[in-house]
Amino acid sequence: MSIAPASAAGPVIRIQGLCTQFGQTVIHDGLDLEVESGEIMGIVGGSGTGKSVLMRTIIGLNNAAAGQIELFGQDVTRCSDGDRRAVQRRVGVLFQDGALFSSMTVAQNIMVPLSEHTDLSSDLGQEIAEVKINLVGLPTDAANKYPSELSGGMRKRAGLARALALDPEILFLDEPTAGLDPIGAARFDRLIGDLRDALGLTVVMVTHDLDSLHAICDRIAVLLDKRIRVGTMHSLMADDHPWLHDYFHGPRARAAITTNMEPDRT
Amino acid sequence: MNALAADLHDDAEFTVAAQDNSWLLTLSGSWTTAAIGAIDGRLRDLKLPSSGTATINMAAITKLDTAGAWLIHRTELALAANKVELQFQSALPAHASLLETVRANDEDCPDPPEPVNAFVAMVERVGRATSQAADEGRDLVNFLGHAVIVLVHSIVRPGRVRMTSLVHHIEQAGLNAVPIVGLISFLIGIVLAFQGAEQLAKFGAEIFTVNIVAQGVLREMGVLLTAIMLAGRSGSAFTAQIGTMNVREEVDAMRTIGLDPMQILVLPRLWALVISLPLLTFFANVMGLLGGAIMATVVLDLTFFQFARQLSGAVTLWTFWIGLIKAPVFGFIIGLVGCYEGMRVTGSAESVGRMTTRAVVESIFLVIVLDALFSILFAVLGV
Repeated sequence: MSIAPASAAGPVIRIQGLCTQFGQTVIHDGLDLEVESGEIMGIVGGSGTGKSVLMRTIIGLNNAAAGQIELFGQDVTRCSDGDRRAVQRRVGVLFQDGALFSSMTVAQNIMVPLSEHTDLSSDLGQEIAEVKINLVGLPTDAANKYPSELSGGMRKRAGLARALALDPEILFLDEPTAGLDPIGAARFDRLIGDLRDALGLTVVMVTHDLDSLHAICDRIAVLLDKRIRVGTMHSLMADDHPWLHDYFHGPRARAAITTNMEPDRT
Repeated sequence: MNALAADLHDDAEFTVAAQDNSWLLTLSGSWTTAAIGAIDGRLRDLKLPSSGTATINMAAITKLDTAGAWLIHRTELALAANKVELQFQSALPAHASLLETVRANDEDCPDPPEPVNAFVAMVERVGRATSQAADEGRDLVNFLGHAVIVLVHSIVRPGRVRMTSLVHHIEQAGLNAVPIVGLISFLIGIVLAFQGAEQLAKFGAEIFTVNIVAQGVLREMGVLLTAIMLAGRSGSAFTAQIGTMNVREEVDAMRTIGLDPMQILVLPRLWALVISLPLLTFFANVMGLLGGAIMATVVLDLTFFQFARQLSGAVTLWTFWIGLIKAPVFGFIIGLVGCYEGMRVTGSAESVGRMTTRAVVESIFLVIVLDALFSILFAVLGV
């Protein structure tokens, strides 16, 4: 697996001094984060520390109370609606359970962003949908099935196919392996890594899965005390913050480390 | 030259050069999802060689994504079908590997199933709906039996009714419905009086407007409107509440703890409607008569006193009771259907919405059917 290329173009996501709050509850307070092009960034943190909120804020589903969020150098908190839509076209999102439109088949789901944002003929749309279905490892007969006929893992893959419909440059994943069995989760991890390599994606994933963190994340952003601490697995393991220590040295973490440790990983 | 032009405006473009036995396709520009729409048709209809060798030159491609790569691969497949030998020229490594990725993922998906004949589909739907309706009727009777048992138990041992829950539901279904039920009955009283006065004036029998209002409101309108209101307000709420609990597996959790959902969820709601509906009906009757009285004083120049005297001659106590006797039965039916549909919710949040709609339609339907049966019964009894 390739390590993220040192980016000449600067980070694709740059967050500075982000504050979010719901009512009186402050979720993030002066949070900074930079994600380089082509890397897989894992976001971890205890329950209720605002991992999903952070992701939703970056995508634009939540409003930030203060701070700057730049995607591709464009400040999405201040730009016009048109500019924001242009940025959103370059971003794909996979929600936790796929969030497929239940009244449409998988192929139709994938064609929604295509027909909304491009002028492709429906034949070509269908062909592209088929490529994406293959790309995410769904069996071909899933194309004409409805979301309710799919298993949880297949729904996630179908959701990923829809997120990839417009060939986004950044892919956001909300707990991609939650609810999958360990074999399915490992396959999904590998799929994300392969897609990153093949399509040159930048991936930001919220996850609780220590195996995923080990297997595919280049860097890890930890939400601690309303801010973020970024590092590689190793640098964070060496950190002596009590939460980090518990997280990376707990029994589950040790199991994940011993099974995933590859000799070539630095 | 071409490549330079393509660089300037970021469109996908291609040119073909054919010579004797060799065929050259030169691609240029940005082959991305946003740009390929313009050339898709032309590339699809392109006349491909049927023999010899072909070359695709990718040197001038500035940007490539999976959609663009698919277009190239599609052409590659068509050439392969013609048994033409194909080679790629000067593709960037990134573009070549993307093309390779798409090549590895080009399996065809089966076509969507053909839609069946519209008439056949309709017959099928009717059949399915009929058998479903029959099943549902059976299940509802089953549920009715269960509910009656629990209800009778609760009469024998009133201590088993959850008081807090009962009071809460009486407040929700009964007390909170007072303003809307009152307003609607008041307006209906006005409408009845106005319409009655206009028609009866043709016979010079305006005074009988009072009879129409009294009979109409007390026998039918008061209780029927209140029941329909409660079906929409409370029956649907019951379905949604119990249905949501079903979706979140709260009902299953209850069962594992040894609590009977019938006892905890259904019983208080049933009792709440059985108690609330007669009270609301009484209030609706009063408001309906008030509306009629006000309209009568305006249109017919009656005083309240005259209205009251005509009223006491127009109705007997039975007129009032006939309306009120129906109320607890209607309340029971609305609560029963609401809870029954709520318990039938399975799995998705979508089914909560579907069942809620169904609960409202079914309970209003049943209320009106029962009302008709009551009318026949009272006619036979001669009251």
